Amino acid sequence: MPSNEVIQGLGLDDYKFGFVTDSEPVFRTRPGLDDDVVRQISARKDEPEWMLKSRLKALRIYEAKPMPQWGGDLSELQETLDQTYFYVKPQEQMERSWDDVPENIKQTFERLGIPEAERRILAGVGAQYDSEMVYHSLKEEWESKGVIFDSIEDGLKNHPELFREHFGTVIPAADNKFAALNSAVWSGGSFVYIPPGVDLDTPLQAYFRVNQERLGQFERTLIIASEGSRAHYIEGCTAPVYSTDSFHSGVIEIIVNRDARFRYTTIQNWSNNMYNLVTQRALVHQGAHMEWLDGNLGSKLTMKYPSCYLMGEGAHGEILSIAYAGDGQHQDTGGKVIHVAPNTSSSIVSKSISKGTGRSSYRGLCKVYDGAANAKSNVECDALLINETSRTDTFPYIEIDEKNASVGHEATVSKVGDEQLFYLMSRGMDEAEAMALIVRGFIEPIARELPLEYAVELNRLIELEMEGSVG
Amino acid sequence: MNDRPILSVTGLGARVAEEDSDILKGVDLAIRPGEIHAIMGPNGSGKSTLAKVIAGHPGYEATTGSVVFQGENLLEMEPDERAQAGVFIAFQYPVAIPGVSIANFLRTALQARLENGDELDLFDFQELLMERMELLHMEPSFAQRAVNDGFSGGEKKRNEILQMAVLKPSLAVMDETDSGLDIDALKVVAHGVNTLKAENPAMSVLLITHYQRMLNYITPDVVHVMVKGRIVESGGPEVATGLEERGYEEYRRARVV
Repeated sequence: MPSNEVIQGLGLDDYKFGFVTDSEPVFRTRPGLDDDVVRQISARKDEPEWMLKSRLKALRIYEAKPMPQWGGDLSELQETLDQTYFYVKPQEQMERSWDDVPENIKQTFERLGIPEAERRILAGVGAQYDSEMVYHSLKEEWESKGVIFDSIEDGLKNHPELFREHFGTVIPAADNKFAALNSAVWSGGSFVYIPPGVDLDTPLQAYFRVNQERLGQFERTLIIASEGSRAHYIEGCTAPVYSTDSFHSGVIEIIVNRDARFRYTTIQNWSNNMYNLVTQRALVHQGAHMEWLDGNLGSKLTMKYPSCYLMGEGAHGEILSIAYAGDGQHQDTGGKVIHVAPNTSSSIVSKSISKGTGRSSYRGLCKVYDGAANAKSNVECDALLINETSRTDTFPYIEIDEKNASVGHEATVSKVGDEQLFYLMSRGMDEAEAMALIVRGFIEPIARELPLEYAVELNRLIELEMEGSVG
Repeated sequence: MNDRPILSVTGLGARVAEEDSDILKGVDLAIRPGEIHAIMGPNGSGKSTLAKVIAGHPGYEATTGSVVFQGENLLEMEPDERAQAGVFIAFQYPVAIPGVSIANFLRTALQARLENGDELDLFDFQELLMERMELLHMEPSFAQRAVNDGFSGGEKKRNEILQMAVLKPSLAVMDETDSGLDIDALKVVAHGVNTLKAENPAMSVLLITHYQRMLNYITPDVVHVMVKGRIVESGGPEVATGLEERGYEEYRRARVV
């Protein structure tokens, strides 16, 4: 088994690096994918028979579906997939030592102002975590309210009926090629259940789930928000995720039951060799509210369109997203809102920044089914181009089968203006500081929705990115 | 008063970048510490070009002559270096920066003036900002608005004055700050300039204006008349009064090139 991994890129243009580590995996499947690999994954997780069958069925679907021909360039993906280890036992990731983490990654963490303990988690080092006490007291509070917040594996083990009733109901394996792939090889992710009427003030942060399987390549998350409940879930963070993988394909399923409110926040910054292909969808029932707050930085190609299926009368869906495409990166992101029931409403606000040769595409779907009377939807997408070589496109798909519906779409493209830069410089800021301030202003409508520490990190990250953008 | 000029403009020629003909055709000007100079002139005379060249606007280039500020060659400095050296331009048409509050904007501008590694203390900044706003009789809520975003003409000019009050320049160039203002807004601007001047008598001011009315509220030490890219007359406040009565026509006729 090869023991060296070459790790490239951090998502920060200034921090391209090559790095070799000698960690010995405890267990991993061989490169590539077949029935045997899937069986090994299932056996390692000690899964019930139905799950193994579900995985194998998903593998058939994955094999049968052609590679998507739309969105980003996936022509080199098959080669990556052939070399991918579809399952790596996570303990080996924990065995990496802090000393093995390259100096420039440490410096990036330092410059981002990330606390020491969190840095270790992000770098995939060690299980030690100072905030464990905090986590435990929160966990007690959650448990006293009947909230389940576990790894997806423990969810399956400890709550088999609840799990089986909902798993794959929002995003079936047949939904798309990568949903099928994830359904076949998923590993890691969260299982969340909020009982009826429970109102959680403290966000559920995936980050707290230490000593569990870390955010994996094929993470799978299943969230059930019961009637009248209210909660906020946060996944990921703005720091570059230090990963040996070059392919990430997650599936996030959320069920928001009657009159519940749920918000899912994720900010991810992948290393820039990464294909990031994620399916995330919420079923929103009568009178319920769902909000996706989605930030995508880094990666080679991201294809991700959080969606809300507004199934019950009066359901509301919101998607707020930021994409940042640096040199050589393509962010193909957006959102989908599907109006199935009457008096449903939705809003998509999407902002993208393209720098250097970066490209960001807004791809969105607004569909109103016949019978979804008085459906209202508004889409706003704004693109900011930093350099002459930066690129942006907009692909808004609108399908309306209901006469009585109102759908609005607004798109703007702007360039960082010379006059704006000059104005800020005439007040004493250098060009990079001026650029960063303009970009921060551009994303402010979304950043202000983030928890403070995330907004601060995002702003710092933008500053770091802008350092290399001028001159 | 100190005899050495804070700003010396000598034989300055300038044009819009990449265009053929000069707009400024040999401007000479010396401003000493604490002096208030006014440059008056008809539209197209080059007044605003002078302000932009002093600021370092990338759309303009100097072709001849020199601009020396406190002994330094201003023309070789970047706009941010000029600002940090103590030059402030109140612009005629300041642009909007959506999503960036005035407070955040000013904090970033002050932070940029610190040595690498030094952090501006947030509480000190807040105190300074409030004190400055009080001095100018501005509502604190004004600082929470996004810079010039949806501002009226008067609000934009107030914002320029507030920035000047916070950044405390040693030379303030007011580029047609009075244009498009009603009389109340004009008084606010004039009050601001006078207040800051009273607070720091060593601050020099260059007022660029089309109209004499601004000079009813701010009294200049020297008035220059600029026509077709040259200063054609300089004198005391009486020059402005004469202009008000006779207009620019006589200069135009006398100085046709």
